[in-house]
Amino acid sequence: MKLTLKIWRQKNADAKGKFITYDFDAASPDMSFLEMLDALNTKLIKERTDPVAFDHDCREGICGSCGIYINGHPHGPGKKAITTCHLSMREFKDGDTVYVEPWRAKAFPVVKDLIVDRTAFDKIQIAGGFISTNVGSAPDSHAIPVEKSKADEAFDSAICIGCGACVAACKNASAMLFVSAKISQFALLPQGRIEAKERVQTMVKKMDELGFGNCSNTGACEAECPKEISLVNIARMNREFYWAKIQ
Amino acid sequence: MGKFFGSSVTKKFVMAVAGLFIILFLMVHLGINFFLLIDDPVPFNSAAHFMATNIIVKVFEVVLMAGFLIHMIWGVVLQIQNWVARPKRYKRTSSSQTSFFSKYMIYLGIIIAVFLFIHFMNFYFVKLGLVEGDHENFHLMANNLFHLPLYVVIYLVSFLFLAFHLHHAFQSAFQTLGLNHNKYTPVIKGIGLIYSIIVPLGFSIIPIVIYFFK
Ligand code: HEM
Ligand code: SF4
Ligand code: FES
Repeated sequence: MKLTLKIWRQKNADAKGKFITYDFDAASPDMSFLEMLDALNTKLIKERTDPVAFDHDCREGICGSCGIYINGHPHGPGKKAITTCHLSMREFKDGDTVYVEPWRAKAFPVVKDLIVDRTAFDKIQIAGGFISTNVGSAPDSHAIPVEKSKADEAFDSAICIGCGACVAACKNASAMLFVSAKISQFALLPQGRIEAKERVQTMVKKMDELGFGNCSNTGACEAECPKEISLVNIARMNREFYWAKIQ
Repeated sequence: MGKFFGSSVTKKFVMAVAGLFIILFLMVHLGINFFLLIDDPVPFNSAAHFMATNIIVKVFEVVLMAGFLIHMIWGVVLQIQNWVARPKRYKRTSSSQTSFFSKYMIYLGIIIAVFLFIHFMNFYFVKLGLVEGDHENFHLMANNLFHLPLYVVIYLVSFLFLAFHLHHAFQSAFQTLGLNHNKYTPVIKGIGLIYSIIVPLGFSIIPIVIYFFK
């Protein structure tokens, strides 16, 4: 299939960057989007030009490193709940024009082309996204009883892969879905309750400091999240935050 | 306390509480407005008189005005922060599935603020004595005003934008307050939809009836 690719090219963090148009006819509907980019890069390398830089690692939807804004959607159009590496070229038609952009947020500066620096997420995690425990051998299973429904809910939050699509999708570049998932995975479990009060405050504070926007309850994050993290998490984070402040 | 009000989460908390308070007030306001449809000016004027003089209502009035101010100030502050958070926009704008009017809240809010100013010039500032007028006969003032086509149009258009603002606002406030529940959130959304249609529609009926039938 033949595609007109309009790809954001930017040499480095300080460079201005612009869209470059590539007429690419070696794409196949059997490729994944990243395989299509690989094919494009092979061609660019053969032509002795700079290949398009993009992030990827596992290519099976679990590491969270891939993330490209394609035709108005983080992780691309079509099927819901997928990462860019799971995006199939079947979602595109022969002759389509495809806009390929990096995540856009003040807190995620572009490193090169489609790669952005997501250190901001790490900083939020470092601010409180952990539990303090004595290291040693693994504790006995079921030493602390947890209700099955709570464990399931905590798991639903814990599957956030930190890809940043929520920030990319949000009109305000807000990180609330990510932060609320990272808070919820602990807030729902007894092990996490111990530090819950400090955690929600330090993580929200860090999130604000790093220049992410505020939540307008628009819901774009939930719609685009590859792991279907729900807005219920944001409501929970807000509740946790108010209680922590009142106490 | 300073830190409490400073964070992104609490700014929204304050906005939501202020917004919900205004939402409650709008229902009281609408209830009183229906007296305008009665030809006898006494019921409406005595209600207006009661609202202007009763001490408890006066306390609420201060709270309400403070609520409006805080809601507007935080609304603008949050919006500016939100714009700053994405200095470089996307070429292909988002086509994600969203709560539609949430994207236009600031513009809808500004339209409502402009309307409020006009509305205050018409009535509230008269009551306060800032603008000239007969503050014992609001019934007559309303009747005069809504025989002017320009004002009928201004009010009707403003109510439409109010409806849009409320459509997102009602359910959004509950989410902000942390009240999201698998079973009850759809109910809240339903009530919000009904509220955002019924209340602006109720307000709209009054200028229309006065213009055409009084
Ligand atoms: C009749 C008057 C008004 C009512 C009943 C009302 C109500 C509400 C409510 C309940 C919310 C939801 C808060 C939340 O998301 O938690 C909201 C949001 C908002 N309101 Fe109003 N509002 C009114 C007037 C205004 C005015 C005059 C402005 C002027 C700036 C304004 C600006 C905003 C903005 C910007 C938001 C969205 C905030 C965000 O994106 O998070 N509103 N409003
Ligand atoms: S909440 Fe979803 S979109 Fe956001 S970082 Fe986690 S997995 Fe990605
Ligand atoms: S490359 Fe790991 S999630 Fe896509």
